[in-house]
Amino acid sequence: MKINSNLAVSDSGFIFNPSNGDSFSTNAVGADIIRLMKEGKSLNEIKKEISAKYEVEPGAFEKDYEDFISQLQDHFLVSHV
Amino acid sequence: MSNTTKRKLTVAVTGLNAVDSPGPGVAVIRGIRDCEDFDVRIIGLSYESLEPGIYMEGIADKVYQIPYPAAGTDTLMSRLEYIHSVEKIDVIIPNFDAELHNFIKISKQLKEIGISTFLPTNEQFEARDKVNLFKFGEKHGFLIPRDKTIYDVNELAGVAKEFEYPIVVKGKYYEATVAYTLEQAQKAYHKLNAKWGLPIIVQEFISGTEVNIAALGDGEGNTISAVPMRKLFITDKGKAWAGITLEEQSLIDLASKFINATKWRGGFEIEIMRTNDGKPYIMEVNPRFPAWIYLTVGAGQNQPASLVKLALGEKVDPYTSYAVGKLFIRYAWDLITDVTEFQKISAFGEL
Repeated sequence: MKINSNLAVSDSGFIFNPSNGDSFSTNAVGADIIRLMKEGKSLNEIKKEISAKYEVEPGAFEKDYEDFISQLQDHFLVSHV
Repeated sequence: MSNTTKRKLTVAVTGLNAVDSPGPGVAVIRGIRDCEDFDVRIIGLSYESLEPGIYMEGIADKVYQIPYPAAGTDTLMSRLEYIHSVEKIDVIIPNFDAELHNFIKISKQLKEIGISTFLPTNEQFEARDKVNLFKFGEKHGFLIPRDKTIYDVNELAGVAKEFEYPIVVKGKYYEATVAYTLEQAQKAYHKLNAKWGLPIIVQEFISGTEVNIAALGDGEGNTISAVPMRKLFITDKGKAWAGITLEEQSLIDLASKFINATKWRGGFEIEIMRTNDGKPYIMEVNPRFPAWIYLTVGAGQNQPASLVKLALGEKVDPYTSYAVGKLFIRYAWDLITDVTEFQKISAFGEL
């Protein structure tokens, strides 16, 4: 899964898709995940960084991550590689 | 360019109706005024006495009423000759679909008396007409929704059967209604016929995201500027009340392909419906700048000023970049003026 490279994400979690003009808001965790995806980090690397920065219950990360990714998919913000 | 070498110019512009379904004149004028190469005097050309651009501060230096397009080219030409005798106009920019045919027709005569224009040819104008657009798309490889031109309300049922509901019922010049039943289609037909006359165009409905491109062609197949925009807020008349510039090379390529195929001369707007699987259907090509043209200026590509330079025979280099994520938000503003101003434009045709 690859995040669209031209996606603009502000520190406050505002996401702008310059390809179609859509905009969204996400929380700080979501903004961090998108930033890490844009840096090309793997799922394990993202999990490690997010778990180090935020309190994440064991087993909860994958579930929330999948849910978040499916929302990104619904809005055409990620593509399959 | 320093202030001392600014070029003195007089530019006449139509489309001062900055209303809820606005003409592009005020936005065009703002773009020209923003250009630091010009020391410009703007002559507004109006059709009606309550066009807001007549009265707005800092828009037109002087306004003249001109005859409605139905009055014909002779009447228009003689009125413009009079205005030119007073104002010495360098360039005229017409901004309405309905008046363009007349202006194209008299463009040579205008040139002979020293007024430049930068308009599409009659062939270019006709090729992108709603009634010819599908054929044009077939010829040049553009995706265009199927359509049918009809002159009788009884033809609606057959067309609807062929395209399946919903269908889009469109006026000759402006306005379109999405109809989900025969009754809705008939109502739209009569309304559009009463307002714009025949024919009525019935078009296949394409679902997707609407994206518009404002562009400028140099008449030789080169794209001087192309800026895509998505409407963020749409009025009940389908007009953009807010919009944002997009970054999408495929849209710019589409505009360039259109310019290359037609050798388009002047400004225009392509209305595109992009389906969920990314196919860009051209819904309409408007043969003049759109009302949101000032967004191109805000994004770094001053299309109105470039058109003035092209009209004057100057070489204009194509723009290579623009700001993505620039927004325009239109607003309503109550302008206070005096009845004497209204009286002047109404009684004397000048203000």
